[in-house]
Amino acid sequence: MTVANPFVLDDYLPPRPTLGRQLRRWFGHRGFALGAVLLVVIVFAALAAPWLAPHDPYAQDVMQRMKPPVWMAKGTWAHPLGTDKLGRDYLSRLLYGARISLFIGLAAALISGAIGTLLGVLAGYYGGKVDALVSYLVTTRLALPVVMVALAAASLVGGSLQVVVILLGCLLWDRFAVVVRAAVQQIRDAEYVAAAQALGCSPWRVIVGEILPNVLGALIVVITLEMAHAILLEATLSFLGVGVQPPLPSWGLMIAEGKPYMFFSPWVIAIPGIALMLLVLAINLVGDGIRDLAAPSGRN
Amino acid sequence: MSAYLLRRLGIALAVAFTVSLISFFLLHLSGDLATAIAGPEATAEQIEVVRHQHGLDKPLATQYVEWIGQLLRLDLGQSFFFQESVRDLIASRLPITLTLGAIALLVALLIAIPLGVLAAVRRDTWIDRLALTLATFGQAMPSFWFALVLIVVFAVTLKWLPVSGNTSWQHFILPAIALGYYATPSLMRLTRAGMLDVLGADYIRTARAKGLSPARVLFKHALRNALIPVVALAAVEFGFMLGGSVVIEAVFSLQGIGQLAWDAIARNDFPVVQAIVLLIALIYIVLTLVADLLNALLDPRIRVR
Amino acid sequence: MALLDVRDLRIDIPLGDDTLHAVRGLDLQVERGEMLCLVGESGCGKSLTSLALMDLLPRQARRQAARLTLGEHDLLTLGEKGMRDLRGNRLAMIFQEPMTALNPAYSIGDQLAEVLRRHRRLDRKAAWAGAEAMLEKVGISNAGERLRQYPHQLSGGLRQRVVIAMALLCEPDLIIADEPTTALDVTIQAQILHLLRDLQREFGTAIVFITHDLGLVARIADRVAVMYAGQIVEQAPAAELFAAPRHPYTRGLLASIPVPGRTRPGQPLGAIPGLVPSLVGEQHGCAFRNRCPQAVAVCADSVPLLEEGAHLARCHFALPSEPLRRVGGVR
Repeated sequence: MTVANPFVLDDYLPPRPTLGRQLRRWFGHRGFALGAVLLVVIVFAALAAPWLAPHDPYAQDVMQRMKPPVWMAKGTWAHPLGTDKLGRDYLSRLLYGARISLFIGLAAALISGAIGTLLGVLAGYYGGKVDALVSYLVTTRLALPVVMVALAAASLVGGSLQVVVILLGCLLWDRFAVVVRAAVQQIRDAEYVAAAQALGCSPWRVIVGEILPNVLGALIVVITLEMAHAILLEATLSFLGVGVQPPLPSWGLMIAEGKPYMFFSPWVIAIPGIALMLLVLAINLVGDGIRDLAAPSGRN
Repeated sequence: MSAYLLRRLGIALAVAFTVSLISFFLLHLSGDLATAIAGPEATAEQIEVVRHQHGLDKPLATQYVEWIGQLLRLDLGQSFFFQESVRDLIASRLPITLTLGAIALLVALLIAIPLGVLAAVRRDTWIDRLALTLATFGQAMPSFWFALVLIVVFAVTLKWLPVSGNTSWQHFILPAIALGYYATPSLMRLTRAGMLDVLGADYIRTARAKGLSPARVLFKHALRNALIPVVALAAVEFGFMLGGSVVIEAVFSLQGIGQLAWDAIARNDFPVVQAIVLLIALIYIVLTLVADLLNALLDPRIRVR
Repeated sequence: MALLDVRDLRIDIPLGDDTLHAVRGLDLQVERGEMLCLVGESGCGKSLTSLALMDLLPRQARRQAARLTLGEHDLLTLGEKGMRDLRGNRLAMIFQEPMTALNPAYSIGDQLAEVLRRHRRLDRKAAWAGAEAMLEKVGISNAGERLRQYPHQLSGGLRQRVVIAMALLCEPDLIIADEPTTALDVTIQAQILHLLRDLQREFGTAIVFITHDLGLVARIADRVAVMYAGQIVEQAPAAELFAAPRHPYTRGLLASIPVPGRTRPGQPLGAIPGLVPSLVGEQHGCAFRNRCPQAVAVCADSVPLLEEGAHLARCHFALPSEPLRRVGGVR
C-alpha cells in the first residue's frame, strides 16, 4: 500500500509581499500611522505657510496686541490663534515657526548624522584601535552636559539660526556613531562582504556598496530620533535667548516672549508648546514605527 | 575584576582630561574673552588691561597648563563677577542641585518602575498601551515648557505650591517633577522590557511550579533580576539631570549650579563656566563607574568569579 | 484508584481566526509509585500536557477535560489558590533545561528553603537544614557549602540534581519530569536516571517521565504511553509495548531504531515517511493516516480505542500478534 498525501512545500512558505500588503502592514501600525499623518500635516503646513498664513508673521500691530484665540471671549477670526505682545498674528508665526523647527531639526540631524556615520563606519569596519578611539570620543561626548556646552558656545559666538544648526550638528553625533558601529559590525562578518572583498573591491567600495545600504534602516531611525532631539534643543536654546534671535518666529522664542504674560494669557505659551510637542511626537512615532516594522524579526 | 576596574578608571581619567581640554578651548576659542569681559563700551586700552589682568595674553597652551595645575590643587580660580573663589561659589550651590537631582530621580523611579512592572504584567492590555503612550508623550514635551505649565497649573491656578525660591521642601516639588519626567519614559521602558524578558525566563516557571504566590514570584524573583539594568540607567540619568538643571533652575529661580552656570555664561564669567562643565562631566564619569559597580554588585554572575 | 486520572484532556491555542488543537482528547492514568514514560516526538503536545496538569499553561491556551484528578483533589475546580498549595507540595515538576531553571540572583539554599518555608511553614534554620539533607540525598557532596553557592557556580548535572531535590523536598505524590536528561551529557544522563529511579522507589513517588528517547524508556519505565499529534495512541506496560507494539506509529518508531548486531551496515535506516499533520482547524479521524501503511478509508472518519488488559491502542488495526519487522522501513 502506498503512502497517501504527499506534503506540499508551499504551505510552509510565507506569502509574497505585495504593495497592498506592505501598505496595510505599515499603516496598520497605529503609532506609525498617526505619526506619519501628523508629520505630513505639519510639513505641508510649513511648506505652504506663505499661502496658509493669514498675515505676515513679522507685521506688528500694536492696536491688536495680546488678542486671545478665536474660541475665547474677545477672540476674532482675523487672528484665529490670537496675537502676541507686539500684535503679530500667532497662527502665521506658528506656521513659519514650523519651518524653522523642521529645518533646524533636519539640518542638525543630517550634519551630526554624517559625522556620526563616518565615525561609526570606521569603528565598525576597522575595529581594534580605531574602534577604541571612536568609543573614547563617544564617551567623552556623552560626559559633556550638552545643554550647558551649547549654551556657553552659543552665548559666546552669538546666537543665530546658523550657529544653532552647526552647534547641534557638532554635538548630536554620538548615537549615530554607536548605532552605525553596531550595524557595521554585524554586517562586516556577513558572507556577501567577504565575497566582495574576495573580488578585490577596495575597502571603501565595500563600505559604500555593501555595508551602507544595509545600515540604512537603523540610520533612518536614528535620524528621526536626533531630529526630535535637535528640535527640542533649539527650542530650549531659543527660549534662553541664545538660539534663534527675534524677530524670527522660533517656537521656543515665542514661548520666551510669552512668558511674562503666561499667568493672564496662558495661550501664548500653550500654543507653541503644544505645536512643539506634536511635532516631536510625530517624529518619534514615525521613528519608532520604522524601527518596529523594518526589523527583520518583527515585534512579536 | 580589579584589572577591569583599573582599566575603567584609566579611561575615565583620559575622558576627564579631554573634557577639560574641550571645556577650556571651547571658551577661549569662541571669541575674544578679553573683549567679552571688558564689555562693549571698553576702549582698546581697557581691553588690553583686562587681557593682561586675567593672563589672557599668555599662549593658550600655557594658560591651559596653568589651569590644570590650579585644578589639581583644587583651586578653581576666581570668579570675574562675584567676589568669591569659584570653589566657594560652586560649593554653596552644589547641594541644591544635587538635592533637586536626587528628588527628581526618585520621582522618576517611583513612577517608572511600578508603571513598567504593571505594563509588563498586563502586557498588551489597555494599561500597557496607556503606559507606552504616556511615555511617548512625555518624551515629546520640552522640559522648560513643561516647567512653565506646571507653574501655571499648580502654583498659580491651584495655588498648591510656591513658584520660585528654595527655602522649603515644597519649593523642590515642581522643579523635581519638571526635571525628572524626561527620564521616566526610558526608565519605564527599560523596566518593562526587563520584566518581559525575565517573566519569560525558565526560573520564573520554576518559581511558579513551586507553588509560590504571584506576589512572591513578581517581587522576589522577577524584579530582582529585571531591575539590575534599571539601577544602572538611573545612575546615568542622574548625570543627565545635573546637566539639564540649567534650564529648570533658570525657570524656577533655584540657586543651584545650573543657575550659576547660566548667570556665568550670561556674564562671560568663564572660570566659573569652565569649572562647572568640567565638574558635571566628572560627576557623570563617576556615575557611569558607579553604574558598572552596581551592575556587578547586583548580578551575582558578574560578581563572584 | 489511580493517583492521577486524566480523561479527555483538550488544549486549544487560538491563532487569529483559527485554533491549534494541540492536545485532542488525551486519557492518562498513573498509579501510585509507578514510573510512566510519556513518549513522543517534538511538537506532539507532551510538554503542554505537563503544563496543563500543573495549570501553568501560557495565557492564550485553553484547557478543558472531562476529568482531571490527583488523588482526592479535583484539579479542574481547584482554582489558582488551591493549585498553588499543591504545586511543589503534592505535585512537582522538573523541567528540561537545568542551566536556566534556577534564579541566578539567589543562592541554592535560598531557593530550596523557599519550598519548605512555603509549604511546611518552617523557619529559615530548619528549612536550610532540610535543604541540606535533601541535597545529600540526591548525591551532592559538601552540601552545606553548596547551599551557599549560586547556580552559575554549578555544572549542568549538579543543577539538575538541585532541581530534583527541589521537587522532592515535600515528598510529592507525583512528579512530572519533562525531558530532565535531554540537555545533559550522556554520562551524566545515566547518573540522573539512576538517581530518579532510586529516589522514586525510596519515596514512593509516581513519576510521569516525558521523553522522546525510546532507549531511555526501555531502561526505566514501568508503563509507557505513546503520544502522537495531541493524543495517546498506545499505552501499555513497558515490556509488553516493546515486545508487541500494536499501533502502527509505535511499530514505526521501534523499527527505526538501528539494532547493533542486527542492522547491517549500509542498509537504509527505517523511517516513518511524511510529516506530522497540522493541528490547526477542524480535526477528524486518525492523525496518523497520511503516514500509515495500513490506512484505509474508514481511518479518515473515526478511530476506535481498543483495549486488551492493560494494553490500549487507538487504531482499527491494533492486532496483537502482528509480527514486528525490525530491519528496514515500515512497508
